[in-house]
Amino acid sequence: MDFSLSDLQQMMQDSVSKFIQKDYDFETRQSLVNSDLGYSEDNWKLFSDLGWLGLPINAEYGGIGGNLIDTIFLQEELGKGLVVEPIFSTLMLGANLVQKHGSSEQKTTMLEDVISGKLKLALAHAEGPAAFDITQISTTARKEGDKYILNGHKSVVIGGASADKILICARTSGKVGDENGISIFIINPDQQGTSTRAYTTNDGMRAADIKFNQVILDATSLLGEADTAFNAVDQVLHEAIVALSAEAIGIMGVLIDKTAEYLRTRQQFGNAIGRFQVLQHRMADMFMETEQAKSMLYFAAIEMAENKTNAKRAAKMLKVKIGSATRFVGQQAVQLHGGMGVSDELDIGHYFKRLTSINTLLGSKDYHLNELIKIPAIRQ
Amino acid sequence: MDVNFTTADLTFQKEVRNFFQNEYPMDIREKQEKGIYLKKDDHIRFQKALYDKGWAGINWPVEYGGTGWSATQKYIFFSESGEAKAPRIVPFGLSMVAPVIFSYGNDEQKQRFLPDILASNIWWCQGYSEPNSGSDLASLKTKAIKDGDDYIISGTKTWTTLGQYADWIFCLVRTDDSGRKQEGISFILIDMKTPGVSITPIITIDGTHEVNEVHFDAVRIPAKNLIGEEGKGWTYAKVLLTHERTGIARVGESRARLNALKELLDNPSNDVHNLSQNTIFMTRLLEVEIELKALEYTELRVLSAISTGKAPGPKSSILKIRGTEIIQTLDELFLEIGGIHSLPYLPDQYCDASDFEAIGPSFAAKTTATYYNNRKVSIYGGTNEIQKNIIAKQVLGL
Repeated sequence: MDFSLSDLQQMMQDSVSKFIQKDYDFETRQSLVNSDLGYSEDNWKLFSDLGWLGLPINAEYGGIGGNLIDTIFLQEELGKGLVVEPIFSTLMLGANLVQKHGSSEQKTTMLEDVISGKLKLALAHAEGPAAFDITQISTTARKEGDKYILNGHKSVVIGGASADKILICARTSGKVGDENGISIFIINPDQQGTSTRAYTTNDGMRAADIKFNQVILDATSLLGEADTAFNAVDQVLHEAIVALSAEAIGIMGVLIDKTAEYLRTRQQFGNAIGRFQVLQHRMADMFMETEQAKSMLYFAAIEMAENKTNAKRAAKMLKVKIGSATRFVGQQAVQLHGGMGVSDELDIGHYFKRLTSINTLLGSKDYHLNELIKIPAIRQ
Repeated sequence: MDVNFTTADLTFQKEVRNFFQNEYPMDIREKQEKGIYLKKDDHIRFQKALYDKGWAGINWPVEYGGTGWSATQKYIFFSESGEAKAPRIVPFGLSMVAPVIFSYGNDEQKQRFLPDILASNIWWCQGYSEPNSGSDLASLKTKAIKDGDDYIISGTKTWTTLGQYADWIFCLVRTDDSGRKQEGISFILIDMKTPGVSITPIITIDGTHEVNEVHFDAVRIPAKNLIGEEGKGWTYAKVLLTHERTGIARVGESRARLNALKELLDNPSNDVHNLSQNTIFMTRLLEVEIELKALEYTELRVLSAISTGKAPGPKSSILKIRGTEIIQTLDELFLEIGGIHSLPYLPDQYCDASDFEAIGPSFAAKTTATYYNNRKVSIYGGTNEIQKNIIAKQVLGL
């Protein structure tokens, strides 16, 4: 039993932490949020040079070959800086799915381009009623001869506006609810019949709604084999819960440090407000929530990385814990900062906003609790 | 990052599991299974079985007959013990007074006291709290006045758990009230048979006699019963408190109770209220399961830090707070599944092993008593509010 970091994990943590301290303060981040692109291409190149983009990609495709546990240390540090570059969508969703479901040729060409920073990816899985469970999607790709005709509407595709290629989850056979019959198509955003509406999300990130109207795709657009993508996508989404939760842990750590510092310095009634027990206990609760969420992160990361029997259940349990922890810690960090907590000028509110998104992304706490209730009690 | 046990750890785990399944008296095991309260003799026989196995001194150094176990081995022991519903070790001798004696006592004291503690020949109790000194323990007033080679002790200690069985009591007493209140406190050992010591029971809301008041009316004890230096008792007690918190989270025991709850739900004859179809109840059950799993990993993280030579630190306050919150939530869930059958007050059913016709399912009568009794867990050992003060001060710098 050992929770100390491996050399790779330590290196990754140091590398990201150094970058954020040196080149990614809050003002810089905000100027990127407010820029046309919404992030920095120079940073993206730098991330490639620093090796971050190769972290979760297998060595045979030129990556570092880190596992899911390794990625949580990258994600946690990125969270601390509220980094807006599309690492989550490109690596944790897109590249991970290519790696799990692509043909060997697709893996070779696409993953190499991801590592070198040439290819940004997005995964278009979600639709209004199907935020997490892709068996519920209604986007279809009908086979006609050796072509597929794609119709449908994907909502809130994270990183969807900046992605060079988008992976679309579509139904090629079966009916709503079936695991069989799900396929993934690789499309260019400017593909004929595709319309993209890009926007900023509440947390300063970028996303897009993408509509497909009779988009004609040839068979080479298919990622891997047809009809069989469910398991790969489901696995990727559960792994992405772990990665996203790690980001939340980084954010909550920052909020605790910053709020404690504020309580030590802010004077009211002739005292630092941190002298007041009601605030001390609130902060102790925030600290405990964060530590418990971090423990849950380690549990789920290890279960998923080792492919244990109850691994997906562990990921869902993590999302529930992250849901309650992010709500509590985010809201209380704002509350304890008083009026400053709700001012746009201060970073606290922006960390809070990202936590709010994280609870909603990949299925909220309530969603996963409900899913867990459906799974019969499994003896531990 | 790795939570897997080594081959040696796994072998150890098997040995521990086997002990709790086969190697301690079967009648005690049966009582534990049925949820019947143990008597004094049961506790002693269980602890003597541990002693015979060489496992009594879990946190003791090998030179005093301790196990010398690693943090991982201690974790395995407590985890298996909890899951097997084994009795908890009565902590006052083996895990509370002994570490103070082997850390701060002189050679004569070590030879005199440690062997009998290890073999559970002597029953110890704790004299810390007083009627007017609870959370503010350092305000304690029980006086020890030096008189030649003796101390004269006067005052009252309270919430003395199982003091009715005790042969000896270890006390924090005031030897000086001129300076800072923490600095005038000394750590002293008192034979309960000394003239002037008297004990009165306190009955708790579950109807049981577990705690007591202990009165000292000019009790004359030899000065050689003082441990370490006069005025250092507060320091010793504090060191003891953070010395070893393995097992304080009681994860293994809570996991066993969670599984017991699930088993009750699985059996339709128990689940008379259809709670398994009640989303609100099932949500609460799931949330406590998640919290418990997180706590298991928090404990593993603390242990991992200890095994790499770091102090567990004030973060272990989380183990106490969340561990007790989980215990109390499980109590509520049991109360819920007990339903109306948790209402009758039937102490005979869990105070005595004799045949007793249950009203409703056999587990139901005890649910309320356990719920009441466990209100103590967030109060004793430093209330959960005091634990939060510790986190705020020592972790967050407030």
